[in-house]
Amino acid sequence: MTQSLLHQILDYTNRANPYPIYEELRKTPVHHEGDGPYVISTYHEIRSLLHDPRISSDARNLASQATDPLPETSQEEGALPPGFLKLDPPEHDRLRRMTNRPFGPPHSPHRVDGMRGELHDIVTGLIDGIGDPGRIDLVEQFSYPFPVTVICRLLGVPREDEARFHTWADTLAASLDPDPDADPAERGKGAHDARMQLGMYLAGLIEERRKNPGDDMLSQLATAKGEDGPMTTMELLSTAALLLIAGHETTVNLITNGMLTLLRHPDVLQRLREDPRLAVPLVEELLRFEPPVQLVPQRTTLADIEVRGVTIPKGASLWLVLASGNRDPQRFDDPNRFDPDRPDIQHLGLGSGIHSCFGAPLARLETQLALSELARRLENPRLLEDPPPYRQNAVLRGPRHLHITCDGIRPR
Amino acid sequence: MPGDGSLEQLRREGRIVVVGASLAGLRAAETLREKGFAGTLTMIGDEPHEPYDRPPLSKQVLLGKAAADRTALPRSRAVDATWRLGVPATGLDMAARRVRLADGDEVPYDRLLIATGVRARPWPREAEAELDGVFVLRTREDSAALARRLAAGPKRVLVIGAGFTGSEIASACRERGLPVTVAERGAAPLVGALGGVVGAVAAEMQREHGVDLRCGVMVTALEGDASGRVRAAHLSDGSTVETDVVIVSLGAFRNTEWLAGSGLGAGPRGIACDAGCRAFDIRGIVTDDIYAAGDVARCPHPLFGYQFLSLEHWGNAVTQAGVAAHNMLSESTDRIPHMEVPAFWSSQFGVNIKSVGVPSMGTEILISQGSLKDHRFTGVYGYQGRVIGAVSFDHARWLPFYQELIETTAPFPPPFTTVDRRPDGQRPLDADFPDPSVPTHGPTVTLSGYSPADRRMTFTPAH
Repeated sequence: MTQSLLHQILDYTNRANPYPIYEELRKTPVHHEGDGPYVISTYHEIRSLLHDPRISSDARNLASQATDPLPETSQEEGALPPGFLKLDPPEHDRLRRMTNRPFGPPHSPHRVDGMRGELHDIVTGLIDGIGDPGRIDLVEQFSYPFPVTVICRLLGVPREDEARFHTWADTLAASLDPDPDADPAERGKGAHDARMQLGMYLAGLIEERRKNPGDDMLSQLATAKGEDGPMTTMELLSTAALLLIAGHETTVNLITNGMLTLLRHPDVLQRLREDPRLAVPLVEELLRFEPPVQLVPQRTTLADIEVRGVTIPKGASLWLVLASGNRDPQRFDDPNRFDPDRPDIQHLGLGSGIHSCFGAPLARLETQLALSELARRLENPRLLEDPPPYRQNAVLRGPRHLHITCDGIRPR
Repeated sequence: MPGDGSLEQLRREGRIVVVGASLAGLRAAETLREKGFAGTLTMIGDEPHEPYDRPPLSKQVLLGKAAADRTALPRSRAVDATWRLGVPATGLDMAARRVRLADGDEVPYDRLLIATGVRARPWPREAEAELDGVFVLRTREDSAALARRLAAGPKRVLVIGAGFTGSEIASACRERGLPVTVAERGAAPLVGALGGVVGAVAAEMQREHGVDLRCGVMVTALEGDASGRVRAAHLSDGSTVETDVVIVSLGAFRNTEWLAGSGLGAGPRGIACDAGCRAFDIRGIVTDDIYAAGDVARCPHPLFGYQFLSLEHWGNAVTQAGVAAHNMLSESTDRIPHMEVPAFWSSQFGVNIKSVGVPSMGTEILISQGSLKDHRFTGVYGYQGRVIGAVSFDHARWLPFYQELIETTAPFPPPFTTVDRRPDGQRPLDADFPDPSVPTHGPTVTLSGYSPADRRMTFTPAH
């Protein structure tokens, strides 16, 4: 019996290469099975819907009969109010605007660029600490710790607390990616405890920063004097949780997918080694070719809307398959080719519209630095297994481990 | 003739002359080379500079955050051209295919692109315009001189005209902490481009930022002191504003005088051309060797009833130049029309204003998202039951959706709800555009002309 396309996407056996399924999916740009979500897979339709004000990100607008085939665990959070990712304007706009104030232009144009030196030092330290070059798990030893450290520095978590922060982040990330053989009750409790401890830790830190504000984001958010005023502690907690979760797993996957892709394209790796400026277009092509967020599963319609002749009823659940739009031959020539020299690369890898990736400038810089330093310092790196083992998660898709070997580590 | 090899010869060894060395001229030159044009390319510009970007001149430069001489346009490729800079074109001989230059030179061409743009409309009384402290803002020199004067801390700045440029200048002055008076003949700032409903928001923004905004008044005279420095302005309501810097921001003139008598269909409203950017001659017959692009061109747009649109928009200059360059090198069946939906942006008083379509054609406006009161909203303009334009204040990420509504001539008012619909977005309002026969600072979009089938088509002669 042939499996439905939706189940094929979710089926773990297809995790290493979902792209043939997406190709099949694009034959029906608006795909709908039973009472499942309406799955949109073609570039132009996804892009339109990302800018469509009849589409809500607020789950409260979902009709009750719409069912979500994604495992429960991908919908984390719990006690905290939803972060701006899951809100509509005007609440979304207000929280995102406030969060952006200490992060990006116009008020903080230098925040991300000012972290360049620090990011470089973190990357250098992680590569220095690799140990045996004969067998490296790039995920464990590099991709995973890097973004958590960056978020700690961004939020202003004291250095001595970073290790605790890493532990909580690991537990939460694991809960996003359940091992099917583990006991779900045990796992749920672990995640719950980690969330509680992290929340209490952050609440304490926020209290402290309100009294003695520094230059970090948490301080700035807690003491903002703009038209919107400072955030409440609850808003701050949910925003910090959002930054941690949305900014972590995605960046891990982007870096790991990046190294995997480079090791599969040694000519490009060699070019990057010779010219680190290639990192900029390369990361854009990577966001097209292997986007860390494969699909946006949490949108719903506020009205009946017509897409390519199909009427999607009000209250329906939508999936926007970004990774499929990125390989749409109607938009990109030879879409299954990894080509960092593409002259026209408006990919959907970071989304578009009001929910487009908040941390994009930071994620780009992190990945550019990570890949160019790995290319420069790892001598003759090779994959030990291809494809590598993947995480369960079909949405935040990426390898669980990336075992590589190299002849040595070049000095700094 | 198609297929006779003449086009191949043009591409290989032809002579293309571009008059106008700014954004449109440069982008056209780059496109010509990109499309394989290997002949000689001559770029003629009246300013002594290589192409530079103008939007920062009324924003970052006036704030002292960028230097006026550092806004050179980035190049996408080498254009390998002969540059004749600082030498205006003074005439065109269509029969002999030659452009006359101010220094007496003549430059022959096989294909000509006219991208001479516009210049600032000066203060009409010459003696008053000569006073020290009276400025217009169009060029790099204008901006540098004005920025220097603002940095010196004038007692009060007067901006005459509250269109986009005037409003941006007022915004920059307030950001520098300078006292500013804005005098606007219309009922509100931006009213010509966006109508009275949105104009009222613009007025509120100005006042909240401490601008002394005076609407419905004209400046009747500028007064200088004994040393020839401006010291005051007299207004039509009888009041006087003491000021030491006056910026005249009354829109622009199209640079077409040099074409007077040439036989080309050029006049104060621009150069009429077809949708493929080929210029019309004065008889209404399209030329095949003269093209126009950018602010100086006006061409029929199928989405807007084939009305001739002339647009002073950055994006329009870029795409129109690309279309003109492509068509210059193409057989007639390979030519492409300029069908870009108009779009522009402005940045003032901390707000990003962006628009698509042609709001000034609208008669009604619906605030479909957000709220006028918050100064954060999307407004959609309706004309005869269809969506014709949209404007956003700090809501730009939604505009691609409204652009699609315009492109598909979707019904107005839109029959659906959206996120962030507020009580003031339940029904359309009169968009409240001023009577077009009453002169104002001039909208950034001017509609003129009639349908191609209309036999009343006439051209206004130059001067």
